[in-house]
Amino acid sequence: MPAPLLTMHGIAKTFGGITALADASIEVAPAEVHALIGQNGAGKSTLIKVLTGYHRKTSGTVTFHGRPFEVASPRAAQEAGISTIYQEINLVPQRSVAENICLGREARRFGLLDWPAMRAEAQRLLARFNLRVDVDRALSHYSTATQQMIAIARAIGFSAELVIMDEPTSSLDDREAQTLFEVIRGLRADGVSVLFVSHRLDELYEVCDRVTIMRDGRTVKVARMAEITRLELVSTMLGRDVERDHGKATGFQAAARAPGAVLLKAEHLCDDRFVRDVSLSVAEGEIVGLAGLLGSGRSETARLIFGDAALQGGRMVVDGKPFAPSEPSDAIRAGMGFCTEDRKVEGIVPDMSVADNMMLALRPAFGRSGIVDDARQTEIVERFIRQLGIKCTGPGQKIRELSGGNQQKVLLARWLAMSPRLLILDEPTRGIDVGAKDEIQRLIRSLADEGLAVLMISSELEEVVEGADRVFVLREGLGVADISHDALTEDAVLSAMAEGPHV
Amino acid sequence: MSDRTAAGGAPRPWSPARLLARFGTVIALVLLLIFNFAVTPNFATWQTLNVNLTQVCTIVIVAVGMTLVIATGGIDLSVGSLMAISGAIAPMIFMGKIVQIGNIYAAVTLAILAGIVATTLLGAFNGWLIARFRIQPIVATLVLFIAGRGIAQVMTNGNLQVFRVPEFQVIGLGRIAGLPVQVIVMLVIVAIATWVLRRTNFGRSVLAIGGNERAARLSGIATDRIKIAVYAISGLLAGFAGLVVIAINSAADANLVGLGMELDAIAAVAVGGTLLLGGRATILGTLAGALTIQLVRYTLLANGVPDAAALVVKAAIIILAVWVQERGRTA
Repeated sequence: MPAPLLTMHGIAKTFGGITALADASIEVAPAEVHALIGQNGAGKSTLIKVLTGYHRKTSGTVTFHGRPFEVASPRAAQEAGISTIYQEINLVPQRSVAENICLGREARRFGLLDWPAMRAEAQRLLARFNLRVDVDRALSHYSTATQQMIAIARAIGFSAELVIMDEPTSSLDDREAQTLFEVIRGLRADGVSVLFVSHRLDELYEVCDRVTIMRDGRTVKVARMAEITRLELVSTMLGRDVERDHGKATGFQAAARAPGAVLLKAEHLCDDRFVRDVSLSVAEGEIVGLAGLLGSGRSETARLIFGDAALQGGRMVVDGKPFAPSEPSDAIRAGMGFCTEDRKVEGIVPDMSVADNMMLALRPAFGRSGIVDDARQTEIVERFIRQLGIKCTGPGQKIRELSGGNQQKVLLARWLAMSPRLLILDEPTRGIDVGAKDEIQRLIRSLADEGLAVLMISSELEEVVEGADRVFVLREGLGVADISHDALTEDAVLSAMAEGPHV
Repeated sequence: MSDRTAAGGAPRPWSPARLLARFGTVIALVLLLIFNFAVTPNFATWQTLNVNLTQVCTIVIVAVGMTLVIATGGIDLSVGSLMAISGAIAPMIFMGKIVQIGNIYAAVTLAILAGIVATTLLGAFNGWLIARFRIQPIVATLVLFIAGRGIAQVMTNGNLQVFRVPEFQVIGLGRIAGLPVQVIVMLVIVAIATWVLRRTNFGRSVLAIGGNERAARLSGIATDRIKIAVYAISGLLAGFAGLVVIAINSAADANLVGLGMELDAIAAVAVGGTLLLGGRATILGTLAGALTIQLVRYTLLANGVPDAAALVVKAAIIILAVWVQERGRTA
């Protein structure tokens, strides 16, 4: 093995007495794609932030190119050849692609901006990533995935020797993720190393050479991807043998009873944009999966049902009565709840407490006088914190201080407190560590067993296949398949997503 | 002071920066008081207290409405113009310029109601523009900021309305147990607003909208209705403040009533510790903010510093307050 490009050894970091990193190490070889995994709170981000100069390490050594390495800021790290790509896109949507790429390092001539030079540089850079875009167009003209690729191109530039990608695929669909993997392979072929952080195990096996597993601020295992099984990976990450009474990859169990009466029936839904013709039905006690690639109209269908977007065609029936919501509050009154896919943007109110976030949906119905009933509120909130095992210092803690999994539990509790009859879950386990994911999946099943109807959207095939009693598959805004439990396999869902018959 | 949830829970460890951000305004207020007791002649008198309270009162009343508006993530630039409108309408009624009303009490009651109802409706109009047409609050309220004072001038033909109507002027000149009437009204308004923001579903919804409007709407909160209500309340309070101003002056000048009030109110809110982006608000902080600005100005004037210089100091306080809050937020 050649001398490593990056070595971090015995890294410790404490924040005012709280230990974030105890003994973390990682070694990245030249031209290697290296996975870094661990549960939320394992110290992955802290380790990366120490490397990129965002945090200063308490102790330990870092060498890059065989020389001691310490930078004061992410910018300095970038100049030294270490680029970082975050989940969120930090670009200016209204400005052109070329401007965005050259932002902060504009080419100048006679003190003026040299536009031809910048355009040429942008084009050359994007060509390296096989991106065919018009660099004069506004960034917002392109899809989120394309924007993200542009952000990646910008971050990597021409000089990066190590690229850190922190969950780069969380907003990409499968095909776009494949394009990203091509880019990663291309970088590796060019001799660039990649440090890849992701919660999706599939991706690690697809693109990574080796993996470093962290737990509680320590590095607990380093292995070649080809030599480690998924179960070993997950159990090492969790630090225990994963309790599974069913050799499955998710926490879902089989339904305890047959579905009851049909609760929601939607026919030929259409919004004139993303949803062209979608029909589906959900029964009490049933988990219905909604599958499809990004852009197939899954989330948009959910929004139509929940009254968050205007229905342009089709009809819905709830409990045998016509249902035409014009506001989410109409759907809530009909007994529905909706956990959106984007927790940060549409779910949590970050500056509010766990209690206030949990009570948000219940509030309009709670206490007709309009006065907050503290005793009852505390009782409800504490009950859900206990029942769902939400880890927080108390109901008064700000929700933004919680981990993703615990935030998601609070949002679930927000709806469960309403005793809903239909719960719409859009990517209920996205960006959540493996342990919490398992818990949430178990919870969803047990709620369904108690009679709750669930409509679940997920990009993770195994979640849909193992979790749902029935799956509706969408493709380009059309409902293309209705797969019942008996016929439900990954192959069936995949082939419907890819090439299902047009309706 | 800030709106922590009533449900309680373990507090986070306090850092000095956070303590300063949370109680900085109160600390500044106390330091100012101590300084004045020691240095300024005749400071510890009823007279001084009343002068300061009377002057700060209208700013606080308007700033309470502004705090609610800012809590939803908005802003209301029209408050000064709305003050001019209610200040123009009321005298026209109790002076009998529109209809003659025999009973002076009936006339004054009608005048007060007409002024306040008009500004409440105009406030609701602001909210309607913002909620229905998604116009940015700063632009939507700019409409009445510009047009409102014009309307008031047209109504009065640009004339000064001078009057002497004790039955009306009690809201600006009257006293109960030695305290000016408007100060008592101000304290009642502050108390009610504090309670509403902390303890009612309406108040929590206001903060939820400012904190994350999408999440609030998806949780079934009637975001449009609440926004309209908040701007209507701001209009109502501005209308009342306008009446207090003309009652004190015994005259209504559409050119001057409430001039620059929107900025004084925003300054009080900012110094008080309310997040200008919305989602976090404190009524008591706004009260402390207004008192601090007022007291600084008084301190400088009482010690012979000209008013023009006091304005610069006022600006410095705003910068300092915002800086302290930012540090507290990131600490």
